[in-house]
Amino acid sequence: MVSEALPLPIRKSPLAIVYEWLGTGDHKKIGLMYIVYALLFFVVTGIEAALMRIQLAHANSTFLSPQLFNRLFTLHGTTGVFFVAMPILFGFGNYLVPLMIGARDMAYPRLNAFAFWMTAFGGLLLYASFFAGDSVAQGGIAPDVGWFAYAPLTAPAFSPGHSTDYWNLSLLLAGVGSISGGINFVATILSMRCPGMTLGKMPLLAWMNLVMGGLVLVTISPLTAAQVMLMVDRYLGAHFFDTQAGGSVVMWMHFFWIFGHPEVYVLIIPCFAFISEIIPVFSRKAIFGYPAMVAATTSIGFVSLGVWAHHMFTVGMPSYGNAFFVLTTMVVAVPTGIKIFNWLATLWGGKIRFATPMMFAVGFLFQFLIGGLTGIMLATAPFDWQLGNSYFVVAHFHYVIVGAILFSIFAAFYYWFPKMTGRMLDETLGKWHFWLLLIGFHLTFDPMHIPGLLGMPRRVYTYEAGRGWESWNMIASIGVIFQGVAVLIFVYNLIQSYVKGAPAGNDPWDAWTLEWATTSPPPEYNFAVVPTVHSRRPLWDIKHPDDPDSKYE
Amino acid sequence: MTAGESAWQLPSRGRIGMICLIIAESAIFTIFIAAYIFYIGKSLSGPTPREVLRVPIVGTICLLSSSLTMHWAIAALRKDKTGVFRLLWFLTLALGAIFIGGTAVEWRHLIYQDDFTIQTNLFGTTYYSLVGLHASHVIVGLIGLTIVMVLALLGKVRREHTERCEVFSLYWHFVDAVWVVVFTTVYVVGR
Amino acid sequence: MFKWFHGRSSLYRALILVFIASAAPSAWAATGDPISPTNIFAPNSTPAHSIYRLSLFELEVLGTIFIVVFSLLLYAVIRFRERRQESESEPPQIYGSNQMELAWTVLPVLIVIVLFLSAAQVIHRVQDAREPEGTIEVTAVAHQFWWEYRYPQFGFVASNELHVPVSDPARPTPTFLHLLSADVDHSFWVPRLAGKTDLIPNHPNNMWIDPHQTGLFLGQCAQYCGTQHAKMLLRVYVETREDFDRWVHGQQQQANVNPAAAAGSALFVSKACFACHTIRGTMAAGQAGPDLTHLMSRETLGSGAVPNTPENLLQWIHNPDTFKPGTRMPAPDLTAEELKLIVDYLITLN
Repeated sequence: MVSEALPLPIRKSPLAIVYEWLGTGDHKKIGLMYIVYALLFFVVTGIEAALMRIQLAHANSTFLSPQLFNRLFTLHGTTGVFFVAMPILFGFGNYLVPLMIGARDMAYPRLNAFAFWMTAFGGLLLYASFFAGDSVAQGGIAPDVGWFAYAPLTAPAFSPGHSTDYWNLSLLLAGVGSISGGINFVATILSMRCPGMTLGKMPLLAWMNLVMGGLVLVTISPLTAAQVMLMVDRYLGAHFFDTQAGGSVVMWMHFFWIFGHPEVYVLIIPCFAFISEIIPVFSRKAIFGYPAMVAATTSIGFVSLGVWAHHMFTVGMPSYGNAFFVLTTMVVAVPTGIKIFNWLATLWGGKIRFATPMMFAVGFLFQFLIGGLTGIMLATAPFDWQLGNSYFVVAHFHYVIVGAILFSIFAAFYYWFPKMTGRMLDETLGKWHFWLLLIGFHLTFDPMHIPGLLGMPRRVYTYEAGRGWESWNMIASIGVIFQGVAVLIFVYNLIQSYVKGAPAGNDPWDAWTLEWATTSPPPEYNFAVVPTVHSRRPLWDIKHPDDPDSKYE
Repeated sequence: MTAGESAWQLPSRGRIGMICLIIAESAIFTIFIAAYIFYIGKSLSGPTPREVLRVPIVGTICLLSSSLTMHWAIAALRKDKTGVFRLLWFLTLALGAIFIGGTAVEWRHLIYQDDFTIQTNLFGTTYYSLVGLHASHVIVGLIGLTIVMVLALLGKVRREHTERCEVFSLYWHFVDAVWVVVFTTVYVVGR
Repeated sequence: MFKWFHGRSSLYRALILVFIASAAPSAWAATGDPISPTNIFAPNSTPAHSIYRLSLFELEVLGTIFIVVFSLLLYAVIRFRERRQESESEPPQIYGSNQMELAWTVLPVLIVIVLFLSAAQVIHRVQDAREPEGTIEVTAVAHQFWWEYRYPQFGFVASNELHVPVSDPARPTPTFLHLLSADVDHSFWVPRLAGKTDLIPNHPNNMWIDPHQTGLFLGQCAQYCGTQHAKMLLRVYVETREDFDRWVHGQQQQANVNPAAAAGSALFVSKACFACHTIRGTMAAGQAGPDLTHLMSRETLGSGAVPNTPENLLQWIHNPDTFKPGTRMPAPDLTAEELKLIVDYLITLN
């Protein structure tokens, strides 16, 4: 490879650089800020998890006090969903969507910046709680009500002081940011596509961010509503969730899960997008069944709005209520399975190249399959009466969040880092990262299912000996070491490659979507000339003028 | 390059953005309406809707008419009749303000005369939250209307700004439509 | 060994393996060794049993799906690797197939229907069961961080230990639990007897158990309820009818009056203790804490936190946070002598 001299950046004073980033509306810069912010909180979440796993490695451990442990799992869940997963996916979406649809920026650049800063402040507010109160080492007054903050545990009577308010207000801020982001994604994808890019010709990543953006609008808002109700209860003496006044705490559960379930689809759908871009390129084949993938994703978006009470099977809904939610939850598994089969069919007959992005993508496929199957077990209400609220659930959702979502995010990192920085991530370090993470992930989360089957509930700061839980918990805790090392290798890879990675060029992976048609990194205006497209893979058409996609679509 | 390219039409991002905002807001209102309906008749004590609520007919007529005047205002602007536009826009603003004034009077009566507050019972909680949520959205709309009014009086709103005013009007019509739902829930179904 | 898995017949062999593997839990369950006292695959009561049978069926179905899809994925990533000797040309581009989409839509829909119907059947059987004659009725009230059990048919209140009679399938005498909460959300989970059901304030629930064998069955609260959620343990004593009747009779009595412990008894009602605890037959009638009328008939203190011994009892009263930091009982203001007198009194409460 001929080494290319990368253009020297113009010298700017540090203050000018800070001002530029603080005030930018450029989707690429905002995307990068989201991603870096999320990575910082990812490390925080990991530390919280590691502390909890140390505590749980032994029965009756006294490494952490119950108060601190309860704050840790509350923060871990809240941070992981709102300040790691959502920002990182919004970050990638922000960076990639305009490039992939041939636009110069998102529809609303200033709204974009607003959305990022709202999310950022939300996270800072949540962690300010650590430093309020008497003792940072005991967790300050960080919230300790669990990430779903069930009433009436959040009532002033049971949560005196302000810890719950930190939970409530930080998420209200972040929620406004998320809804703003959702508006921006939908408006951008519908109104800013380049000429020729009909909805049927846009990349699957654009489709999936469209569905995600639309879903955000009706997913986060119920949580916002419920949180306003909680605020009014706590500060104005209202009775939304006040059982003494006849209020219903089950109503909080309904509202929370009306948000909470579609939220996990908000998280996974952008990951489907990454996989749908990466698997074709590294199999050297077009995605199998593009229309089916669009239909499946859209129907997942809609059906996901009707499954929420599968989180409430033990709450005492009547039998027909439980049965209804069993049905809808299992129905949503059908389009999800369809997607797995379409990815499989894309691999089939291809020429698979196992660069690091593809390794993470294949890891996603296997792990998402397993996470989905344990999900069906949980969807079966009677089985859930045993498994619900146990470590089986914790294992299931970490299988999907770490095994599927996180793996696909790493795949996205290795795939698009060259585009964002102009340099390749190191492949050797990448493979170390992958294998250590794979081992660590399975060491932690495979055995974790078993204590659930043997009766271990979740959110317990310690547990009795003699229930058959100790060995599995110990193995799970050991896995953390491997995962920690893997993440450290990744961070090192990021930094080292940013400084002296191999130059990437425009199109290091020989890919087919528009982002690879411009420089790495792209100029601020993205494209010198707004492109016109004629098929789903514009660069394939250019590279194969004798056999363009437009002939077959 | 085909002839079809010159006809590359995409929906306006202003319209799409506002519709998205309306969808999100609708979801928030839906949750408050659901809570309101669920809690009908469930208060353990305190006044019932029938005992204290007086139907705000005047305010409702004003608010719903303001949608009409808003619609006419924009039609006027599209035809470059800026004088008519300013008049109709002002009427919209005034009608909206009367609605809020009416709500304020109603609440003063409820709080000071009937001793009925958000703390009184479940009905109080859901009533003040729902009507208050709507009222706050009307106030935001009034702020927007005022800003445009000032700009219009300064002569800065012309025909080329019609589309932007139309996007804003979507918000105002939404607020009115929500009032229809809130009114029906609180003063018809819930009484 | 690997050759055994090649070819199409390997799929059948794999399916056979799955069926064998799923029979393993049933086989081992038949040996009677539950592996863990809280094993959901060692049912001892009809609700737990129904769930268990459903779960086995489902594991077979899902296990089959897993083997099939996993094998296909594994095969694809191995068979279709890029080989170095191959030319630089791209493989044939296949954009889709309507027949395949149809096939892998219809088949999952059928599986969903089968699983849904199986689940619905068990839901109905468990949730809509009727109370036969001879049912024992218990009202369980969950508190932060202990359990109150009221036996309205027998007129007494117990705490932290639930005693029920064993149920003969020929003439069932199940126990129906009416579930309430005094404060926040809790959940009653004794895996070998039933799935869990939540106890939610202002939202009464019901569940039932009909244990087939005697013994002590363990569990714990399964809905995060605050600082000491982890130590809100459950102990269900399934007894023969005679033993159960004897226990009931004992619980129905008023508290022992032992003249030697009169000083402690007097202290109990003059210090703060009586404000939270009930000792039937005395003036202590507090509702906030567990009923202590027959404290010494229980095997543990603090709802399973520590064994019930005089030493532990003394330490518990002196400072409950020693065993259960964050528990709702405050450390009472007692001198060492007062403490000893009270403990001497309490250990007479059989």
